[in-house]
Amino acid sequence: MEKIKSLADLKRIKENVQTKIDLREKSEQVESLVQIKVAMATCGIAAGSKETMNYFIENLEKNGIVAVVTQTGCMGYCYAEPTVEITKPGKDPIVFGHVTTERAEEIIQKYLKNDELVADIIPVNFDTIKDR
Amino acid sequence: MSYKMHVLVCGGTGCRASASQQIITRLEESLREKNLEDEVQVIATGCFGFCEKGPIVKIMPDNTFYVQVKPEDAEEIVNEHVIKGRKVERLLYKDPEKKEAVSDSKHMGFYKKQLRIALRNCGFINPENIEEYIARDGYSALAKCITELKPEEVIQEIKLSGLRGRGGGGFPTGLKWEFASKYQADQKYVVCNADEGDPGAFMDRSIMEGDPHSVIEAMAICGYSIGATKGLVYIRAEYPLAIQRLKIAIQQAKEYGLLGQNIFGTDFTFDIELRYGAGAFVCGEETALIHSMEGHRGEPTMKPPFPAESGYLNRPTNVNNVETLANIPAIIMKGANWFNKIGTERSKGTKVFALAGKINNVGLIEVPMGTTLREVIYEIGGGIKNDKKFKAVQTGGPSGGCLTEKHLDVPIDFDNLLASGSMMGSGGMIVMDEDDCMVSVAKFYLEFTVEESCGKCTPCRVGNKRLHEILDKITQGKGTMEDLDTLRNLSRVIKDTALCGLGQTSPNPVLSTIDNFYDEYLAHIKDKKCPAGKCKALLMYHIDPELCIGCGLCARNCPVDAIVGERKEPHFINTAKCIKCGACMEKCKFKAVSTR
Repeated sequence: MEKIKSLADLKRIKENVQTKIDLREKSEQVESLVQIKVAMATCGIAAGSKETMNYFIENLEKNGIVAVVTQTGCMGYCYAEPTVEITKPGKDPIVFGHVTTERAEEIIQKYLKNDELVADIIPVNFDTIKDR
Repeated sequence: MSYKMHVLVCGGTGCRASASQQIITRLEESLREKNLEDEVQVIATGCFGFCEKGPIVKIMPDNTFYVQVKPEDAEEIVNEHVIKGRKVERLLYKDPEKKEAVSDSKHMGFYKKQLRIALRNCGFINPENIEEYIARDGYSALAKCITELKPEEVIQEIKLSGLRGRGGGGFPTGLKWEFASKYQADQKYVVCNADEGDPGAFMDRSIMEGDPHSVIEAMAICGYSIGATKGLVYIRAEYPLAIQRLKIAIQQAKEYGLLGQNIFGTDFTFDIELRYGAGAFVCGEETALIHSMEGHRGEPTMKPPFPAESGYLNRPTNVNNVETLANIPAIIMKGANWFNKIGTERSKGTKVFALAGKINNVGLIEVPMGTTLREVIYEIGGGIKNDKKFKAVQTGGPSGGCLTEKHLDVPIDFDNLLASGSMMGSGGMIVMDEDDCMVSVAKFYLEFTVEESCGKCTPCRVGNKRLHEILDKITQGKGTMEDLDTLRNLSRVIKDTALCGLGQTSPNPVLSTIDNFYDEYLAHIKDKKCPAGKCKALLMYHIDPELCIGCGLCARNCPVDAIVGERKEPHFINTAKCIKCGACMEKCKFKAVSTR
């Protein structure tokens, strides 16, 4: 075990172990972060949503985007799997269809970084119990 | 590859008693079966506080809060929530008023009004992993103190924060440190008072179980400030899990060089050892605690000399309670001016309360000072069980008193509670409803003090015994009006003459119940009746001949054959034989049996 001998040592260790609880700290303040929900029902997984989710998790940080990536159940757009719902703080959620890893990259670069919309957005046109 | 999902399972004593350990095992098994062990991490944390609904399982990042989880639910959580992303509805908390499921703890009444400073890491980190504490800025406060601040600057910061001792007395912590720093000696000591003794209070245990490093870090900060190199934790042996977690934490801190010699490359040295107490209430008093640590009888001695001058082994000693210490790192990191903006004018910060008794949400809560009793009981506590009427809340343990309806809107802080005839104590709150007899409550607390009195001084040893006898006499229906005067006078004498805090405060439950529930005492003495129906000797069981159909169920269940009557005719209770067990009332299907 390497001993902590200075403030710098403590800071270095803190940075190394930060990832251990990062996910928990982020979820405490989801409202102020970008939330990405990946539909992970059977159809989604079969269409490659797992790769999509991993791609987001690995590449968001590289691009300096702080986001919470969660999986969710079937959204019902089975024709457009993998589907991903993205909520930017203070904005309405947007659902993207056919999100392969290439499209995930496009979303990161265009929508998340520059607020530019990309093709294949699924209009949300249903009400839920809460709206009634 | 980092984990995509964290499953936090409460590993506090309460939830472990409801098999949370097995939940963890089953979750891990299930995840392994599905090859998800590298994606989903299961973590045993400290107490979440919502003990009423334990065991708690919280899933992050989607903040789903599952309550009353059983080991056999583990598989469903993995199959449904983890794999398919569907919440397990039946395990979600149901809002008792709106009758709908709430999945995020932030939206639960229990958590809404809380502000967690002392409990900041409880239910969030794995207490057995120092790295998670470091990731939460752990030991940064210690680093800041010993590398950037002079000892007197640290003390100044604590003084400025307005932090007062959370163990009961409410003495300003910074001032206490300053006293200890002024005395010169070859060795000084920092003692953590973990002898939590109030019935119903368990905040110190939960902090040590859920965030042991915060206590260790604070003790080291205190050591640096007062010039001590040795720390001792006086903990009761009946807290095995807290002891185990503290031991692991101390060991880890030593491995990382955060305890021991030359901490952070400076010449500051600090070490911590544990001392076990046998669980005597009086040992929470600092002089008694010190004697017990020295291997002597746990009896208090007169102050002065204060421990700051002559404490453990006659050396200057600073004694702080667990919760007080847990606040220290947060104050250093966020600044005294952040802390002293929370709370009321003379009571800064937050206080942890253990809610118990006839309240819906039993558990551990932390609220800013100045929160009202009404907010605590009705909003956080969810009101009284079974929609009964609120009668009183006992605060401050055996040294405290009862607060009633008229105190519900009093902002809770050290001074307001004292002015209302009770005290903060260590933060136990026992809620009582209309079925609780206040004379019996006072008797219960006196029983406790009589049991726990060390016997050294006469007022406490004999006086409390007499108080208990008189209360017992009243509950038997044999009390007189003179007894009430005797109770009052004797109480005052004990308060004025007892040697230590235990005796000086032990008559409080008597005085406060006489003040607030005088009519109830009168009913016992004059009418020979117990309005709450608790005092057995004053109870008469009675069968209403109009309602009784003569089924004979009561007679068959009476253990002493006190009920007589012909079949299909109204029955009668022979009061001379009746032992008032209540079996007849319980069994009667026609509500014909009543007490009066």
